Amino acid sequence: MNRFKDAEHLVRVAAVFLVGVTLFLCFRAWFVPKSFGEYGHYRGDSIAEVAALPIVHAGHETCEVCHQDVFELKKAGKHAGVNCEACHGPQAKHADDPGSVKPVLPDTAVLCARCHEANSAKPKWFPAVVTAEHSQGLPCNTCHTPHSPHIGDAPAAKEEKK
Amino acid sequence: MNMNRRFFITLTGAAAIAWEHVLAGAPEASPNYKMADHWWAMLIDVDKCIGCGNCVRACSVENNVPEGFFRTWIERYQVDDMHIEDPLVDSPQGGMHGFPQRAPGTGLTGNSVKEFFVPKLCNHCADSPCTQVCPVGATFTTPDGVVLVDEKYCLGCRYCVQACPYGCRFIHPEKNVAQKCTLCYHRITKGLTTACCEACPTGSRQLADLKNPKDPIHEFMKLHSVQVLKPQMATGAKAFYANLDGSVR
Amino acid sequence: MHLFPAANFTYPNETQLQWSLLIVLYPYITGLVAGAFILASLERVFRVEAVKPTYRLALLTALAFLLVAPLPLQLHLGHPERSLEMYLTPHTSSAMAMFGFVYLWYLMVVLVLEIWLDYRRDIVLLSRSSKGLLRIIYKAMTLGSDNISERSLHIDERVGYIITLIGIPSAFLLHGYVGFIFGSIKANPWWSSPLMPVVFIFSAMVSGIAAVMLLYMALTKMRHRVISIDCVDAIAKYLFYIFIIDFSLEMLDLIHRVYEADESFRSLDFMVHTSLWVPHVIIQILLGTLVPITILGATQVLPLAEVVRKRMYAIAGCLTLVGIFAMRWNVVIGGQLFSKSLLGYTTFTLELGSRDGLATAIVLTIMPLGILYVLAKLLPPWPQNETT
Repeated sequence: MNRFKDAEHLVRVAAVFLVGVTLFLCFRAWFVPKSFGEYGHYRGDSIAEVAALPIVHAGHETCEVCHQDVFELKKAGKHAGVNCEACHGPQAKHADDPGSVKPVLPDTAVLCARCHEANSAKPKWFPAVVTAEHSQGLPCNTCHTPHSPHIGDAPAAKEEKK
Repeated sequence: MNMNRRFFITLTGAAAIAWEHVLAGAPEASPNYKMADHWWAMLIDVDKCIGCGNCVRACSVENNVPEGFFRTWIERYQVDDMHIEDPLVDSPQGGMHGFPQRAPGTGLTGNSVKEFFVPKLCNHCADSPCTQVCPVGATFTTPDGVVLVDEKYCLGCRYCVQACPYGCRFIHPEKNVAQKCTLCYHRITKGLTTACCEACPTGSRQLADLKNPKDPIHEFMKLHSVQVLKPQMATGAKAFYANLDGSVR
Repeated sequence: MHLFPAANFTYPNETQLQWSLLIVLYPYITGLVAGAFILASLERVFRVEAVKPTYRLALLTALAFLLVAPLPLQLHLGHPERSLEMYLTPHTSSAMAMFGFVYLWYLMVVLVLEIWLDYRRDIVLLSRSSKGLLRIIYKAMTLGSDNISERSLHIDERVGYIITLIGIPSAFLLHGYVGFIFGSIKANPWWSSPLMPVVFIFSAMVSGIAAVMLLYMALTKMRHRVISIDCVDAIAKYLFYIFIIDFSLEMLDLIHRVYEADESFRSLDFMVHTSLWVPHVIIQILLGTLVPITILGATQVLPLAEVVRKRMYAIAGCLTLVGIFAMRWNVVIGGQLFSKSLLGYTTFTLELGSRDGLATAIVLTIMPLGILYVLAKLLPPWPQNETT
């Protein structure tokens, strides 16, 4: 009995610690998000949140649903592997509401040079020109049809400019 | 383009159905997507990259990337074969507006110099050092192999930015949380490809699903040599590079 | 033709440093804590009687600095309001997360408990003799127990001894962990090293011991008392020997790097010769290590008068504190000045007024001294039998 009396203050300390730990565990149970740990050490709901972010590029499969004719023209030519939005920019809004959201046609003098301007770092197989010498400032679609640009490829359709 | 009205109305209906599928808001709303069926990776053919910067622009628009930061970027290398451990590298604004031809007198010259472009992005490492060091579980690897950041949970301690050997992470200047390439998770879970692959005109970048037996990456890897960046770090990187030069950092 | 280092390439996202002055301050502060505690344990566990005058001061110093230590961490976070997540959902593979628990363990179980046990008799007596608000504070600190019988004090002494015994490896763990937080990052060749926790521990001991010695000398002078020459002689001797170990470790790291010259060596070597020349070679190595070691060494071998020795200890102590701060700077800032491509560098701009700028750092450095002042008033650390 005597021994306990002299160590009693240590018991009080232990009690304080115990209360602290208990409070912490209660707070933890309340505060940690419910989906935490669902798949691993993270908030499981976060995966769905990222997957629900807005889409900005429609993707060429969506474009092809309406623009089948362009797709037919393109797939036989040199730009077969170039997707629509690579040149036309993101068009999810247009695909969502084709009637009222009209994409702006890119200016070929600027657009084509992005890929085809000559640069010593570009791979040798890639067709590139020094545009100042090649076209003397004329827009590229003066001679080339962008959807099937190689002159002499069939079909050499004459595309109407909008 | 000529389209008569009847054709247009029919196609609008088809487009609307296709778009509904695209707009499905969550994995549960695309009931066909099961995380366990996929293991995402990317295949990059360095010989095909022309440094046009389409990927950087497309990513920036698709993911609202803040100016001056990059979820993907392109590096231009000049390598002199006498000094392959000493490449001259640049990446003006991440390559977003392409690369100007170097002015004469700058850069390496001579017969033994080669130049090429290397696209870079988050490698979505299977043994990711960034997820290992995150103190709270705000960055993690999904069951389908994509490393994501939970923006609501991240406390902006920057430990993950320090731990990434590839420099692909940054802190959003306004949100003050970690950010990086998500492999366009919001697109690939709906059957679309990533924005960078969509915009790449030469097919240098290809999204790959290692768990899909029909994915072309399997055949490609059988026939070609591929590498990952900094293999000595043993991060289990899943961005596979074909035709990668030894000088690439 | 070698272009390096004429060309400069950093990955596009590597424009700014991630961790700045506050993250330099934090290992410095925890280092002072660990070092101060080791000095206290010299008396308690290793029975070095000569340093007894500094025992309680060392403990209070450790506590004052430990209370401030989380602040630089919190202030540099992008979202300080989420910092509790580290305790609620700690990622066990993250050294940073586990450090939160090492900190808590050290604060509550080692430091606070040891101080409470050592001071308990004084606290109970003060709770009886003081009035008003102070009386309430002391009463709360007694936890309601009034027992200061000889047996209970003897139990305190025994338990305190055990706590100090546990406290020594805990102090090593506290600051070694900080070293591990840096040393375990394989992506950064300036940091990644198994030596990092060991170097941190020994430099912590050096800075902590120097800090307590200077505080003892300064406060004793301010109170118009006599500085015990035996005390500072003993402290300086331990400081000298631990400094030699610390210096040897750092030289080992350097020699190893230069000899192996792995892929990172050229980039780091250039950095040390340019942007890090003044902070690393001049301040850390020359002024902060070699000069104090020489001064302390001189006091060990030459017969010098008391007054001269005290002055030399003071100078050596100040230089040590500056040198160890420079070491933290060189690790944290230096590790971020070079690109992970190993082909270039960036620069560090010290901001003055921002949340993690110079003004904040100055406040955080002075704050522990303010806390120490309050603690020393509340729990006087001075020995009973001092000479005037």
